[in-house]
Amino acid sequence: MSFVRDMITIAAVSAGAFFFLAGTVGLLRFPDALTRLHALTKADNLGLGLVVLGLLPQAGGLRDGLKLVSIWLLGLLAGATVSQLIARAARHGESTR
Amino acid sequence: MSIATVFEIVLAALVLGLGIWTIVVRETFSATVGFVAYGLLVALIWVRLDAVDVALTEAAIGGGLGGVLLLGAAARLRDADLMASKTPGKVIRASAAALSVLTAAALADAVLLLPDPAPTLAPPAVANAWATGLSNPVTNVLMAFRAMDTMLEKVVLMLAIVGVWSLAPDSAWGGRPGPRHQADPNGVLAFLARLLPPVGIVVGIYIFWTGADHPGGAFQGGAILASMWLLTIIAGLADTAPVSRRWLRFILVAGPCLFLVVGLVGLLFGAAFLSYPLALAKPLILGIEVAMILTIAATLALLLAGAPERSAKP
Repeated sequence: MSFVRDMITIAAVSAGAFFFLAGTVGLLRFPDALTRLHALTKADNLGLGLVVLGLLPQAGGLRDGLKLVSIWLLGLLAGATVSQLIARAARHGESTR
Repeated sequence: MSIATVFEIVLAALVLGLGIWTIVVRETFSATVGFVAYGLLVALIWVRLDAVDVALTEAAIGGGLGGVLLLGAAARLRDADLMASKTPGKVIRASAAALSVLTAAALADAVLLLPDPAPTLAPPAVANAWATGLSNPVTNVLMAFRAMDTMLEKVVLMLAIVGVWSLAPDSAWGGRPGPRHQADPNGVLAFLARLLPPVGIVVGIYIFWTGADHPGGAFQGGAILASMWLLTIIAGLADTAPVSRRWLRFILVAGPCLFLVVGLVGLLFGAAFLSYPLALAKPLILGIEVAMILTIAATLALLLAGAPERSAKP
């Protein structure tokens, strides 16, 4: 049973790490603010989500699991809000230029 | 070499690199962003050192509120363009460099010449935890064994707010700190400022409450409460309170005053200043901490809000 759990953890956390890596590469390589934001939010939402998913089988109990999930939800909320605000500022900057 | 060691080396190198970049980079805005990232990475180092209490404080102050404060300062500096017009002379720069090198050398000396094992009071602090009924040794040290330091720290916070307020122009004295923020009432920021504070208040109180037995405490919880207040202010949903309000000033002095009163009562009726009677230690500490979290939240938020700018009378 613990073998299955460990496999889930390794698979999901690796996938999450891949999204963080891809998001970082996108942040560095993409041409403008909006596409860079697109790359960044993938890392935040999917990457963090997969890392949390991978850590869930290792959580000590329901309480710890819920804490992990709420970290992801708060990360989603913060990421979505901040990317909206930055995108708006970027569009505003373009229109006044 | 284990994975953990590699991770620690990479982390240390990153922090060093970021620290150098923060100093060398020319734009104040970039330096601020670098400093915030630096604060968050230093928090990770504290976690690696098993000092989760310190990590929480570093993330909240160094990464969070300190970052907001520096961003505000960077914006003002950009407006005034102080950096471009006035570069300090060679003598000042050389002496600043010399002082920095001396400080760094003294710090390195102190760390490298520590006896092995380093002198520690950790075992007695853990062994005497029964006296307070709290099992988090950090809270025990802060609130009981070295309560004097914590009390003085709160007095320093109060002095800091007096310093910020003293920058107010005469016409705005007693008025509201900072500008009135305007944001789209149906926009994303206003939405977040409505959605997040209930969650943040619960988390702040939880971090404060769990500080008795786990990492956390009044300072970390207070910083979260302060940021929730600031969020509603920045989103334009609430305004800062005029600094002449009596309830506000009462909250600002509540923590240190209650601390002082408990300390003096201990001096009169007990063994020494700030000595708690054994049976009452936990309720007393809890009471002081409740007053302190309110004081800390209000003080940190008002420190960030700045000097009074607008007269209280419309």
